[in-house]
Amino acid sequence: MKPRFDWIPLALVALVAAAALPLVASAPIWLTLTVAGLAMGMMIFMMASGLTLVFGLMDVMNFAHGVFISIGAYAATSVLIALRGAMHADSLAANLAAMAPAAAAAIAVSGILGWLFERVVIRPVYGEHLKQILVTMGGLIVFEQLIKVVWGPDMIAVPRPQALSGSFILGQAAIERYRVLAVVVGLAVFAAMWLLLNRTRLGMLIRAGVENAEMVESLGYRIRRLFVGVFVAGSCLAGLGGTMWALYQESITAQMGMQVMVVIFIVVIIGGLGSVGGCFIGALLVGLLANYTGYLAPKLALGSNILLMVLVLMWRPRGLYPVGR
Amino acid sequence: MPEPMLALSGVNTRIGQYHILQGVAFEVPRGGLTMLLGRNGAGKTTCLRTIMGLWRASAGSVRVEGRDTTRLPTPELARLGVAYVPENMGIFAGLTVRENMLLAARAGPPDEKRLEWVFGLFPALRKFWNALAGNLSGGQKQMLAVARAIIEPRRLLLVDEPTKGLAPAIVANMIEAFRELKRTDTTILVVEQNFQFATSLGDSVAVMDSGRIVHTGAMADLAADEGLQQRLLGLSLDAHQ
Amino acid sequence: MIRSLLSADPPGSRLLAASLLAVLVGLALAPFVFPGARSLDVAARVAVFVLLAASYDLLLGYTGIVSFAHTMFFGIGGYGIGIAAASWGSGWGSLAAGSLAALACSAAIAFAVGLLSLRVRAIFFAMITLAVAAFFQILASQMSWLTGGEDGLNFNLPSVLSPGTKLVAAPVLGIDLNGRVLSYYLVFGCALALFLVLLRIVNSPFGRVLLAIRENEFRAEALGYRTVVYRTVANCLGALAATCAGLLYALWLRYTGPATTLSFDIMIDILLMVVIGGMGTMYGAVLGATIFVLAESYLRDLLRLASDATHGVPLLPALLHPDRWLLWLGVLFVVCVYYFPHGIVGRLRARRP
Repeated sequence: MKPRFDWIPLALVALVAAAALPLVASAPIWLTLTVAGLAMGMMIFMMASGLTLVFGLMDVMNFAHGVFISIGAYAATSVLIALRGAMHADSLAANLAAMAPAAAAAIAVSGILGWLFERVVIRPVYGEHLKQILVTMGGLIVFEQLIKVVWGPDMIAVPRPQALSGSFILGQAAIERYRVLAVVVGLAVFAAMWLLLNRTRLGMLIRAGVENAEMVESLGYRIRRLFVGVFVAGSCLAGLGGTMWALYQESITAQMGMQVMVVIFIVVIIGGLGSVGGCFIGALLVGLLANYTGYLAPKLALGSNILLMVLVLMWRPRGLYPVGR
Repeated sequence: MPEPMLALSGVNTRIGQYHILQGVAFEVPRGGLTMLLGRNGAGKTTCLRTIMGLWRASAGSVRVEGRDTTRLPTPELARLGVAYVPENMGIFAGLTVRENMLLAARAGPPDEKRLEWVFGLFPALRKFWNALAGNLSGGQKQMLAVARAIIEPRRLLLVDEPTKGLAPAIVANMIEAFRELKRTDTTILVVEQNFQFATSLGDSVAVMDSGRIVHTGAMADLAADEGLQQRLLGLSLDAHQ
Repeated sequence: MIRSLLSADPPGSRLLAASLLAVLVGLALAPFVFPGARSLDVAARVAVFVLLAASYDLLLGYTGIVSFAHTMFFGIGGYGIGIAAASWGSGWGSLAAGSLAALACSAAIAFAVGLLSLRVRAIFFAMITLAVAAFFQILASQMSWLTGGEDGLNFNLPSVLSPGTKLVAAPVLGIDLNGRVLSYYLVFGCALALFLVLLRIVNSPFGRVLLAIRENEFRAEALGYRTVVYRTVANCLGALAATCAGLLYALWLRYTGPATTLSFDIMIDILLMVVIGGMGTMYGAVLGATIFVLAESYLRDLLRLASDATHGVPLLPALLHPDRWLLWLGVLFVVCVYYFPHGIVGRLRARRP
């Protein structure tokens, strides 16, 4: 009775990629699309993972999660614009030296905001789902407006670093450099989360808390602190994800957080509410499918993730990896 | 007269609009095992949850070793040395047996001797040490739940129906384990429906009905008096399987 | 008579009754009291949004369902009329056919969504409806051969409703009684009637069961009520009323498009209206929608004054910028959820002498 891992959802990702190959009918294009899909999935995962963990741990669905994404993106963009010189330098080292403080700023600003948000907005409405939805929705409205107050209502162009613009040529396939970076960062974040959750005592506590918060308290752990920590970490990740997303889109608006929220909700539902692994696989599926359908049937592309959600829920009504409760 | 391990006085607990505990008062003496008996719906589980701080008493007080814990948050109560095994066992199904035990040992990895002692009580746990707790059988889960509560020495152990739904052989194993536990200086309060368990382990007893304590005394006296059993529990303990 | 019109659910506060009366009289006499295209437009939008917000209150306030797909049903109404008028011509027959098709379509979708997801938890339902609404929005913009895509549909109405038609040769009380005024009264009359129907529904035995389910689902279930059935029916009724609001809005605008009916911004507007006005009161929808539409139309002007007045102070002018009116309503919304769960109506009723 070793702990068994459910491989089927993971195999599903490979299956989708494999099934797309004959449909696309061109290996180089398929490779380009696959990398694009994985990159998109990784970014969505970064933005969504905090949300699913917060829900699992404390039964709180934060409809204002998108705010952390936008705020992070705006903070990073402010830094990037200030460091414009380094961004335009044709040296990867200089580019990364500009991106690192930008990402740090995004993480810090989103994290601080997350901490405040948990204290002020969410804490009074624990256990009351209706109020939670309404209040976090209200937070979304207010913060979206505050972003407009601080950064102005117009779309802001985000400079993409010189060394990360353009593509590699791999055989006949053109692979955008930035997408490779997104995949690398996303994998690193996922690996770090996986190690934290499965190899540390803190991770054990979080997993136990997702299953049965009351019992964790009965064992003598202050779950409130754990929750604040996870909430802040989730906000930080959203800020990082927002930064990556902003660089990918090369522009930001105050509404960007809300716009990606629909996809994030879909990913969280597909993965199973509260499951980080499910969130990861759900994000990859959504990213891949969006890119394949975008090539094969552009009209379907925007709706592909919802069709995917319907199919997954028909197969597993509680998501790919249902979490206990 | 030494301070009792646990003392409840005038405890009232409401869940939503229901008034479950209506002035519960009893004491659990230091050492030994106290049984909390009563019909279904008498408020026994609510009583344990109130002691553990999982429900809040709206009136009255709970004292642990003289200290007022009525308003104390659950984790602080656990840190005073109170361990709780809930009715649904509360094991973490997605964690392995080992991880369940490691979490319960707050002070750090349990020492070899203690672990051997626990394995001695529940041998199945050694066998399934690295298995997912969710894959254990009902009886093994119950053993894990109790083992988790005693992986470190605790002052007071609250156990809600440890033999519920278990096969007779496993009940016997559980009784043996509790007998061994009684030899330590842990005080134990058990909610139980099983007659064999109650009579073979209980030192003292408290009986609840409709949210109140209606009888306290020695277990042996209640076990010997069928008329009293009939009056308090609505049936004799013999039939109370 | 009035009591029975209000389904024995009186406002319960003199101030509330006076405000409601003011809204009613204001809307009833709008073409005469507030002449001009802009104010008539504001009045029509108040009427439509009162109905829309009331239909949402049936879900949110009375049934405890948070749906983000309400604008979808609003949009189905709009597109029902729009598509019918654009493809079958502007006769009454095609309008009626389009309306019926829209109502049938809404009922079917609401029924399906309800059955599939109302048995799960509120949060899940909210997320699913958000996704479904987004999908519908995509559908409307992608099927441009039918819906006009992002541009939407402009269409004509029967000539009696067009502004060029004079119904009475001479001005009445200084106002030309043209097709526009008739359209307005059509919108106003229908919205009023449907609002009274909704009021009747929430005060019927059916409405009482909904409240019981909202208060304590387990107990309602234990009492033998099939909660899923009641919720699904409430979901369908709310959807139908929202569709009607969409029909009226399209009639008034002679246009249907994603921005005016389907956008998430409108969903947020409805939420603000219901919560600020007062959840679970129906009358809250009246006050909420009125205040909101007035704020949308006139708060900007006020803010512009305040913004100019604070010129030179750091940050304040930006906070008081005319385009930031939603910020202040958002703050009011959050305050209402925390401290005034029954919104303005709740406050007014609490002050009852």
